[in-house]
Amino acid sequence: MNFTKTILTTASAALISGVAFAGSHMSMEMTIVSWGGAYSKSQLKAYHEPYSAKTGVTILNDDSSSTAVAQLRAMNEANNITWDVVDVEAAPAMQLCDEGLAMEIDPDTMLAAAPDGTPASEDFGDMLVSECFIPQIVYSTTFGYRTDLVGDTPPTDVCAVFDTKTYPGKRSLFSVPINQMEWALLCDGVAKADIYEVLATEEGQNQALAKLDTIKDDVIWVSSGSDTPQLLADGEVIMGATYNGRLFSLIEEQKQPVAMIWDGQVMDLDGWIIPTGLSPERQARALDYIMFATDTQRLADQAKYISYGPARASSAPLVGKHAELGIDMAPHMPTAPENLSRAFLMNYDFWADYRDDLDAKFQAWLAK
Amino acid sequence: MVSNSSTNVLLSADGTPLKKSLNRSLRQQKLRALLLIAPLLIFILVAFIMPIVSMLSRSVENELVGKTLPLTVQSIQSWDALSGELPDESVYKAFAQDIQNAAKAKVHTKVALRLNYEKSGIASLFKKTARKAKKWDIETDGPFKEKLIKVHKGWGEVEVWQTIKTHSPAYTSGYFLNAVDMRKTAQGADWQPEDKTILIKLFQRTLIMSLIITFSCIILGYPVAWLLANLPMRQANLLMILVLLPFWTSLLVRTSAWKVMLQQQGVINDVLVQLSLISDEGRLIMINNEIGTIVAMTHILLPFMILPMYSVMQTIPPSYLRAAKSLGATNWTAFWRVYFPQSVPGIGAGSILVFILAIGYYITPEIVGGTKGVFISNRIAYHILKSLNWGLAAALGTILLVAVLILYWTYDKIVGIDNVKLGG
Repeated sequence: MNFTKTILTTASAALISGVAFAGSHMSMEMTIVSWGGAYSKSQLKAYHEPYSAKTGVTILNDDSSSTAVAQLRAMNEANNITWDVVDVEAAPAMQLCDEGLAMEIDPDTMLAAAPDGTPASEDFGDMLVSECFIPQIVYSTTFGYRTDLVGDTPPTDVCAVFDTKTYPGKRSLFSVPINQMEWALLCDGVAKADIYEVLATEEGQNQALAKLDTIKDDVIWVSSGSDTPQLLADGEVIMGATYNGRLFSLIEEQKQPVAMIWDGQVMDLDGWIIPTGLSPERQARALDYIMFATDTQRLADQAKYISYGPARASSAPLVGKHAELGIDMAPHMPTAPENLSRAFLMNYDFWADYRDDLDAKFQAWLAK
Repeated sequence: MVSNSSTNVLLSADGTPLKKSLNRSLRQQKLRALLLIAPLLIFILVAFIMPIVSMLSRSVENELVGKTLPLTVQSIQSWDALSGELPDESVYKAFAQDIQNAAKAKVHTKVALRLNYEKSGIASLFKKTARKAKKWDIETDGPFKEKLIKVHKGWGEVEVWQTIKTHSPAYTSGYFLNAVDMRKTAQGADWQPEDKTILIKLFQRTLIMSLIITFSCIILGYPVAWLLANLPMRQANLLMILVLLPFWTSLLVRTSAWKVMLQQQGVINDVLVQLSLISDEGRLIMINNEIGTIVAMTHILLPFMILPMYSVMQTIPPSYLRAAKSLGATNWTAFWRVYFPQSVPGIGAGSILVFILAIGYYITPEIVGGTKGVFISNRIAYHILKSLNWGLAAALGTILLVAVLILYWTYDKIVGIDNVKLGG
């Protein structure tokens, strides 16, 4: 009896030390880069805190995602990568992957399968837009409007932005060509399916700018996602474009008289990449974190804190109520069926080609 | 006088010529001084000069194309870019080999991005071609002319090959041309199409607005500095704290505060509407344009003007003014002929400080400038952080730096840099 007990104890001790040994192959500190604000908070609650509790890893946060590509390039040139996991949008992720700055991920071996056994590659499906990109959420850029400043017929159509007769007052738009050019063409009668084809031509670009010309003096041009919520709250604009999660927090958390126009929302993805050139210990830790943080339950958990849709199909049914407000989160997701039907998909390849050119034109147009 | 110097050399106590021993001890002193400042010198060299030089060198450096596509660059030299005809098979074959190697090494997108700055569409052209090229056997799969054109019709465009040839040398003037709204083409330097010209406009705007800000600072700062220098100690100290308090407050906080003050539903407009000076519909637009930038930056840079002025005015003896008046000068004459000329070095120092700071300002125009009030530095930041066109950003930065140095030089010629005083 005593003997068996000793053996068992020894065995379990060996097992524990074995686990500890495996753990020591991973670094115990990691730097995760993200966007800051409410978004980072949702990741902290849904991913970082449970992961730290489970593994004892110290997670450092760096809010540098908006300049991640430039910084990763510089780090790569200096041969000193200080980031372990980086949160970026799909387009920068593709670019980082193409430049060899992000490591390739095999979804079926490196990411968790769905609870019912569906492999990750199927669970994420079309969201896996690049070999290096681990999708996290679907977000959209869409319009919010002041319910008290738009009269008796609240706008339901994205083209209300261009209708200054029915909705007089200022509106805010981003001072970049991406999204604004598409909306302009859409509201100038170009079919959704043809937009990028038209925008690739000189005439199409001029057409978009001509449409934007009609509201140029009514627009406050903003550069950051936090500008429009502020302008809406102050009543500086009657409608404006920003990320849907920002509008959600303005409406539901700050109780401002604002509502959303889901029509014409431009969907985009946000997710993780792991930089290349990490030491084996750090890479192992980053992969371990990713495996944990992008499983079905974790992605669904994030939606408790912010209204961005989880990128896994298997997470959607698990999306519950807001952690503090207790409201049902599913209808606030850009991926909710009634919102999705009016969405617009961004063409990453088009913007990879035309971004520099159109940006120069757009800035020249703005300065006119 | 002493013609026979060799016999009359002064000797020090140990017998060596005095001149020599003096030199030695001076040299030792200099060396010691140098050693003392060596840490600072090395720090500045490593952390300041070297990064700047390496960044600026990017404005002419263009090795990427030649390094990634070595065979193509070599074989395309014999092709006449202005002939209007496509290059022959040898160039296509060289390119097929290059793009295959580049694709395997994953370096093709960098060069694609580089060339895409010059001609939109090259990014996807390279990407698509690289995907296919990985599977080719260069020896047997030819001819590559038809093959490449089949992959993407872009390879049948003369302009694409012109772009590659024009931008193949290891050093390029292309970025500097871009920085002044020109571009490098096969035919030579040419202006950008009019709907893409923005940078010269931004340079002009930056210069003009920086001058306006500097003058606003002089006009607003001069009386304050005068009060500081002439009030009794107690009031002067209080005033000094009022000047310094905003100086110690975070830049972002002050800029955001101006946003609250100036916006259409903001404090100033609200007060004006309540006083019935303007109608509710006619609220003034004072932010997200030039006015916003000028107001906010004048406020932020004001201490840099007041402090040098104050330190110079403090040294002007009040007895001079009294003497002028006792000799019959009016208040104005006494000020203008006696006091003001003595305070000019302070104005000079403050102006240089404010102007040079203003010309490189970034965050304030970004927040309150909208689209009409942004500076060239905002464009530099865009190219560093977003478009990743570091070559163009470096060229813009170099031009800005040279412009400041030229202005500094002219200032030195006109006013004289010795006339600038920061104190005492």
